[in-house]
Amino acid sequence: MNEMESILVVNNLQTSFGTEAGEVRAVDGVSFTVPKGKTIGIVGESGSGKSITSLSILRLLASNGKTKGGEVLFKGKDLLKLSEKAMREIRGNQISMIFQEPMTSLNPVYTVGQQISETIKIHKKLGNKEAMSQSVEMLKLVGIPSPEKRVKQYPHELSGGMRQRVMIAMALACDPEILIADEPTTALDVTIQAQILELIKDLQNRLGMSVIMITHDLGVVAETCDYVAVMYAGQVVEYSDVRTLFKNPKHPYTLGLLNSLPRHDVDQEKLIPIKGMVPSPHEMPVGCRFAPRCPVATELCHKKQPDLLSTGGDNSEQIRCWMYSEEWDGESEVTLYGEKRTVKG
Amino acid sequence: MTKYIIRRLLQTIPVLLGVSILVFSLMFLIPGDPAQVMAGEGASEQTVENLREKLGLNDPAYVQYGRFLGNALQGDLGNSVRSGRPVMDEIQARFWITVEVAVYATILAVFIGLIAGIISAVRHYTLTDVSIMIIALFGLSMPNFWLGLLLIQWFALGNLPFGWDLPEILKMRPSGWGDSWRQIILPVITLGTGGAAIIARMTRSSMLEVIGQDYIRTARAKGVSERIVIYRHALKNALIPVVTVIGLEFGGFLGGAVLTETIFAINGMGRLTIDAIRQRDFPVVQGTVLVISLLFVIVNLLVDISYKFLNKRIDLN
Repeated sequence: MNEMESILVVNNLQTSFGTEAGEVRAVDGVSFTVPKGKTIGIVGESGSGKSITSLSILRLLASNGKTKGGEVLFKGKDLLKLSEKAMREIRGNQISMIFQEPMTSLNPVYTVGQQISETIKIHKKLGNKEAMSQSVEMLKLVGIPSPEKRVKQYPHELSGGMRQRVMIAMALACDPEILIADEPTTALDVTIQAQILELIKDLQNRLGMSVIMITHDLGVVAETCDYVAVMYAGQVVEYSDVRTLFKNPKHPYTLGLLNSLPRHDVDQEKLIPIKGMVPSPHEMPVGCRFAPRCPVATELCHKKQPDLLSTGGDNSEQIRCWMYSEEWDGESEVTLYGEKRTVKG
Repeated sequence: MTKYIIRRLLQTIPVLLGVSILVFSLMFLIPGDPAQVMAGEGASEQTVENLREKLGLNDPAYVQYGRFLGNALQGDLGNSVRSGRPVMDEIQARFWITVEVAVYATILAVFIGLIAGIISAVRHYTLTDVSIMIIALFGLSMPNFWLGLLLIQWFALGNLPFGWDLPEILKMRPSGWGDSWRQIILPVITLGTGGAAIIARMTRSSMLEVIGQDYIRTARAKGVSERIVIYRHALKNALIPVVTVIGLEFGGFLGGAVLTETIFAINGMGRLTIDAIRQRDFPVVQGTVLVISLLFVIVNLLVDISYKFLNKRIDLN
């Protein structure tokens, strides 16, 4: 993919948090590209840094968090260098975000209409009345029945699914070019999950925006994403298009994730968990961060950290693993869905 | 809403009945014969007996209580034993003075407390925050009688520490009540300081809790300026516990102005109560306690109603 069609480029992003136990590097050199009109998934376990990555893009980190390096190029402008005022004009307007917890993400003391129209009033400089009628339109767009009535209601009068729809309406009120969805369905019932994902996809097709889908659920990735970045311990370990990722995963961590997933199209004796635990941010391994849990790790893996290598010809596939480098001297066989396959370095 | 207010007003009836029983029992809780105590040490047997008859102390307790309650409901709290004037008139003359001081003290406490609390929360764990909280701790710990005397020493008598001179403009030496703002400012500061400190601490902790909520992050993600995030999105949510404290403080100022009024020689309800206690003027004591309790109940009712406006999740019915 070339730079022309990408709307957001994240380059070597580094985000740290000051804690009582010292500085914690939650995001360490994350890079990925968001193509225009496409959906990129950022997938990883809890604590892998995926939410922090998305908050770093919009500069919404908690006060003890700080982006220490890298760049976030939105249409060529580095968001990390913008003034707070310029950043505010982008938030909710050109780049919007929806969050994991629809139950607590809306302000309890204002009506749904007041909250949606606030965004419209700030960015489109419209009056109360027009903003409110646009809010009704937005509620209609996200499929909320009798929006004229709902617009006057308070969040506590709506169900979780409805509230997430309101969040989406609010996020899309100003026609953003990018929607960041941070685990938008995690807190919802399975049936509602499917509806919300369907809605996001449908609106994306209609409005032509790009979506950054942050999730720990590979099912959500398979359903919604065009490209995927797999994150582990604050780093991207694999980046590819979604077909390649599921058909021909490369990183041992990605393989582990897929092997631990139940499938209905393949016979599985049992699910294979990834042994061990995600390393504590205070005690990151010196070498590859996945090495302590990796079934094929060699001495090299424990000693030296691998770089993100391009394996596809045009940056379309990237991987952070020694197995795919020329220095590799370990075994070259991995297991996927119970089958052995050979890796070419 | 109207239904709720009516119901709450009806609910105050048992509270006030309870208070009236307590107030009435005051007479009997004091050691010795009330008539003897009221008449004084050297009174003759006949005087005491006359007084007892006049106050109806020879009747059974329930008859006395019934009479007390029946009269109170008609706005008759009896006559002062000392001045002979109706207790209601005595109270009316002093009531507004106390209310005036309490209202100003509340305004001062709310104004300073809210601003200090918000600044502290927004800059939490900075030097500003720590300084504000240390000052608040002082304000909270300082007893009213001491602060009042200190203010009199400094600003009325001009005895500043280190031999400093007090500029004429800061001299607060009133010639009498109703003179000017100069006479009300010291008692208001004395009364309001503790309240300001409590409100500041409450606002800070409440704001800190709210600032960490998901909907504050949502507001920021919408591109709302930090000022609006704090004052529109956070403050309204943070105010609920603060309003409770404000209500309690106002009630406290009304009832607890006793020390301040004594120190500053203000002829308010507090002074009236203290003087009545000193002079064993039971009807006046009963009357003032009853009126202060009634005020407390009303203030609490107003606080409860204000919740509904602050938080729509609260279902008053």
